[in-house]
Amino acid sequence: MTFIPKPKVRHPSLPKNDLGFTRRDYEGALTTLCAGCGHDSITAALIEACWGLSLEPQNVVKLSGIGCSSKTTAYFVSGGHGFNAVHGRMPSIATGANAANRELHYIGISGDGDTLSIGLGQFCHAIRRNVNMLYLIENNGVYGLTKGQFSASADIGTRAKKGDVNQQAPIDPVQLAMTLGAGFVARSFSGDKEQLVPLIKAGLRHQGFALIDVLSPCVTFNDHEGSTKSYAYTREHYEPAVQADFIPFEREIKADYAEGEALPIVLHDGSRIVLRKIDQGYDPTDRIAAAAHIQERLKANEFLTGLLYVEPGQREFHEVNGTPAGPLNRVPYEKLSPGSKGLEKIISRYR
Amino acid sequence: MKPTDTRHPDYYHKVVDCQWACPAHTDVPEYIRLIAQGRFTDAYMVNREANVFPGILGRVCDRPCEPACRRTRVEQKPVAICRLKRVAADHKDEFRARLPKIPKLRNGRKVVCVGAGPASFTVANDLMPLGYEVTILEQLAEPGGLMRSNIPSFRLPQSVLDEELGVIVGMGVDLRLNSPVRSLRELLEKGGFDAVFVGSGAPKGKELKLPGRAEGGANIHIGITWLESVAFEHVKAIGGRVLIIGVGNTAMDCCRTSLRLGATDVKVMARKPRQFFKASDWELEDAEEERVEIVVNRSPKAFVVEGGRLRGMMFDVMEYDLDARGRITAERMTGEEFLPADDVILAIGQENAFPWIERDFGIEFDKWDVPKVDPVTYESTRPGVFFGGDSAFGPKNIIWAVEHGHQAAISIHQHCQGEPVTARLAPGVTLQSRKMGMHEWSYSNDYNPAERRLVPHVSLKERFKKLNIEVELGFTPDQTADEVQRCLNCDVQTVFEAKLCIECDACVDVCPTDCLTITHGGEEADLRTRLKAPAKNLAQALFVSEPLRQTGRVMVKDEDLCVHCGLCAERCPTAAWDMQKSFVHWPHAEDQPAPCHPQVKTA
Repeated sequence: MTFIPKPKVRHPSLPKNDLGFTRRDYEGALTTLCAGCGHDSITAALIEACWGLSLEPQNVVKLSGIGCSSKTTAYFVSGGHGFNAVHGRMPSIATGANAANRELHYIGISGDGDTLSIGLGQFCHAIRRNVNMLYLIENNGVYGLTKGQFSASADIGTRAKKGDVNQQAPIDPVQLAMTLGAGFVARSFSGDKEQLVPLIKAGLRHQGFALIDVLSPCVTFNDHEGSTKSYAYTREHYEPAVQADFIPFEREIKADYAEGEALPIVLHDGSRIVLRKIDQGYDPTDRIAAAAHIQERLKANEFLTGLLYVEPGQREFHEVNGTPAGPLNRVPYEKLSPGSKGLEKIISRYR
Repeated sequence: MKPTDTRHPDYYHKVVDCQWACPAHTDVPEYIRLIAQGRFTDAYMVNREANVFPGILGRVCDRPCEPACRRTRVEQKPVAICRLKRVAADHKDEFRARLPKIPKLRNGRKVVCVGAGPASFTVANDLMPLGYEVTILEQLAEPGGLMRSNIPSFRLPQSVLDEELGVIVGMGVDLRLNSPVRSLRELLEKGGFDAVFVGSGAPKGKELKLPGRAEGGANIHIGITWLESVAFEHVKAIGGRVLIIGVGNTAMDCCRTSLRLGATDVKVMARKPRQFFKASDWELEDAEEERVEIVVNRSPKAFVVEGGRLRGMMFDVMEYDLDARGRITAERMTGEEFLPADDVILAIGQENAFPWIERDFGIEFDKWDVPKVDPVTYESTRPGVFFGGDSAFGPKNIIWAVEHGHQAAISIHQHCQGEPVTARLAPGVTLQSRKMGMHEWSYSNDYNPAERRLVPHVSLKERFKKLNIEVELGFTPDQTADEVQRCLNCDVQTVFEAKLCIECDACVDVCPTDCLTITHGGEEADLRTRLKAPAKNLAQALFVSEPLRQTGRVMVKDEDLCVHCGLCAERCPTAAWDMQKSFVHWPHAEDQPAPCHPQVKTA
C-alpha cells in the first residue's frame, strides 16, 4: 500500500475536552512536508493546544504566507477558516480580518523567510499595531522549499548542507519584537512539546500580539553536523529560562509551587500563566533586563527559551482604535449607515 | 523499566494476539493475507502446518483467537478468523504433493495411539514423515473420535472429516477400527510398540442422580452418548418436547440435533444467569436462531415419572445475589416449577474414564482418578506412555488436542531416539522487513473500517429437512474480500532502533491510535500514567527502548491498540522504525535433531 492518509480509527479512551471533542477532531489534512520536519511537531502542538483550550473549530482563523511553514495551516483544525496570503503579507491579512471580526482566534503561521526577509516590514507593523493574534514563526534557518539556501535567521558560522559557511549576522525575531514593544515574546523548540503547548495556549489567550519563535529543524537541509539549527545542536544549546504553565480561568491552581519560584500572571479573561523560573537571574517582566539577558545568552551560543517577556494589560489594536465592541458583521445597518443627515454632519466636519 | 528485550521469542509473538491465543500458534495474519491474494492452497498449508485440520477447525474450532483479536479493542467485533480458515479449506486446490514425503525406509520404531481423535491423528501426522510406523486403535467403526460422534453433521459434514483424516491415513497409518483396547498392560507387553500415546478422550458423560432417574431411564439420555447414537444412526427420533439440562456447547449440539429428529419444543435449562453460561456465544446464537428457548435460574430437582413413563421435570427456581464484579455471593430458592417433557438430555459435563488402564504398573493417578501427566512433555509417570487431548487434562477442545498431539509427538520422538523427553527445542522468532520504498509496504497497511461480515445460513425452512444439511454456507467471495481487509496485520511488527532516532516526534504525532510517547524513563506503573493515551490494558505490554541519543529519554509504545498501519515507519526520517513481519517458529517433532545424527544434542 502506498501513501495512506492517517486512518480515522482512534484510541477508544482518548480524553475529551469541554466541547466533547478529542484531539483527533482538531486535526487537518495529512502533512506533505518531509518526514521528520519540525513543523509537523509544531502542528501537533497546535492541535493539542486548540483541543486543550476547547476552541470551537469554526472560531479559529489560520493565516499564513509562503514557504514550508506556511503549509502548516492545512494540517490542523480543518474545521477552521484558512487564508494563504502572498509571500510575507500574512500580517496585513490578519490585521484586516481581525479588524472586521475581533471575536475569532487568529493564528498566523510563518517561517523565517516569510517573516524575516520578504515580510519583515509587515511583521514589525503587526507588532506596532498590537494586533490580537498568535504569531508563530517556524524557524529553521534555511529556505527549505528552494533547496536549503541560508535564510535571514541563519547564525554566523553555521554550515549549509553542501558546505558553505554563513557570514552574515542573523535577524533574531525575539530581540526585534522586544525592541518593538511586543507584550508577549516567547521562544521554544519543536522538539519540546511540554514547553511549547502551554506557550501556545497562553499566546492564544493573551490579549494583543503574541510571538512565539519556534526553532524547528529542517530535517532535509539543515539537520547535519555544523548546522546550528539541527535537532542535536538545538538540544545541546537550548536553555529553558522560564517554564510557563497555562491555567485556564475555570481551574484551580493545583500544582504546588515553592514560594518565590512561581510568578502568576493574570490574563484579561482571568486565566493565568504561572511562570516558573529555571534561570534564577531572569526576570520575564522586566523588558530591559530580559532583553539584555537574552543577548548575553546568545553571545554564549545559548538559545534562551520559554516565555521570555510578558506584559499583560497592553492596549491592543481595537482598544487603541476605538472600534465597535463586536464583529462588524453584527453592527446593525442603522448604526453602520449614518443617514443623509448624519452624512451631512460628517462632511461638514471636513469643510 | 528496563529496555524491552525484543529478542525474547515471546515478545513479538504476544503482539500477534490471535497467534498467541491459538494453542497451536497458527500464523493467522499470514494466512489471511494469502486468502486476500486468492492463494487459498498456500493459506491452507500455513494453517495445516500448525493446526493440521483447517477444514474441520474452520467450522467447529472453539476459536480462542477471536476474543483475543486486537480488532475487538479498536472496535467491537473480531476478525472472523475461524470462518476465513474455512474459506481457505473450501477453495484450496490439490495440496497433497506439498505434504512431507513419507520415507520408504522406516526407522524401525513403532508407536501406537489409542483412540482415533484429533490428538492421535496429530501424533501420526508428525511422526509418519520421520519414518515411524504408527498404529491407531479405535473402538468405533469410524475414525474421528468426538469430531465424528459428538459434533453433529449439520455443523461438520462427514466429507470434510473424511478428507482431512484421510490425508493422514494416506501417509500409511495402520488404522484399526472396531479395536477397543481392554488392557494397557497387554498392549504394552504384547504389542511390540516403542511408545504408547493415549488419546482416548473424555468419553464419560456426567450423570444426574435425582429422584425418578431410574424409573424414567428410557427417556433420559446422557448427552454425548446420545449424540454418538445419533451420529451412528442408532437413534433416529426423539419426543416432541425435550429438555436439555446444562448450557455448554454439548447442550447446544443436543438441542439443535433434537430439532432435527422431530422435537418441536426444545428448552435448554440453565441453573445460573446468562453470563455464567459455558457455551460459546456463537453457539448460543445459532441455537437461539433455531428458536431454542434458554431458560435461566432453574435448578433440576426431580424427574417426574407417572405410570412408568417420564412426564417432565421439577425445578427449583433460583435467585442469585451478585457483587460488583459479577460474582455470585448468595443463592436462594424462590419456588418450584414443573416443565412437561417427553425426553430429557443431560449435558452437564464429561469426564475421563480409564477402566482399561491397570493401576499397578507405573501409571499414577491423582485423587480425581486422572492420570498424572507432565504439562510440557505429556508423559505419564511411566516412561514411554504419553497422554494428549481430553484424556490428558480433561475436556478442552479440538485445537488443544492438536497442540497436545504436536508436543507428545516431540516427546515420543525423543523417547524413541533415546534422548531425554525434556530436551526440546525452544521457540524462536525471526523478523523480515516489509519495506518496499519510501511510502510502500508489501502488505495492505491501510485501516479498513469495514464491519464484520455475517456468514450466510441455510434458511430455517430448509435446514431441518435432513440431519446432515450444513447450516453455515461459508463466506461469499465478496464477503471474503471485505473480511480479510479487517485483519490488522499484527504480525507486521513495529521494530524500533533507538540509536537511529533523532527525537523529531514525527511518529508520535502521526500515530492514529496514540500508541507512542517519548518521555523520561520510569517504573512501568508510573510510565503508564504518562503516556499520550491511557494504557489501562495491563495484559498488553509496553515496549520501552534503550535511552535515546539526544536527550536520554525513552521511546515507549503501548502495544494495546496499535493498528500496524506503518505510519510511524513511513514518517520516520531515519528509518528508526521499520515494519517487519514476525515468523514464530513453534517447534514440532520434525524440527528436533534428525535421528540419523544422534551426536547433535540440544541443551
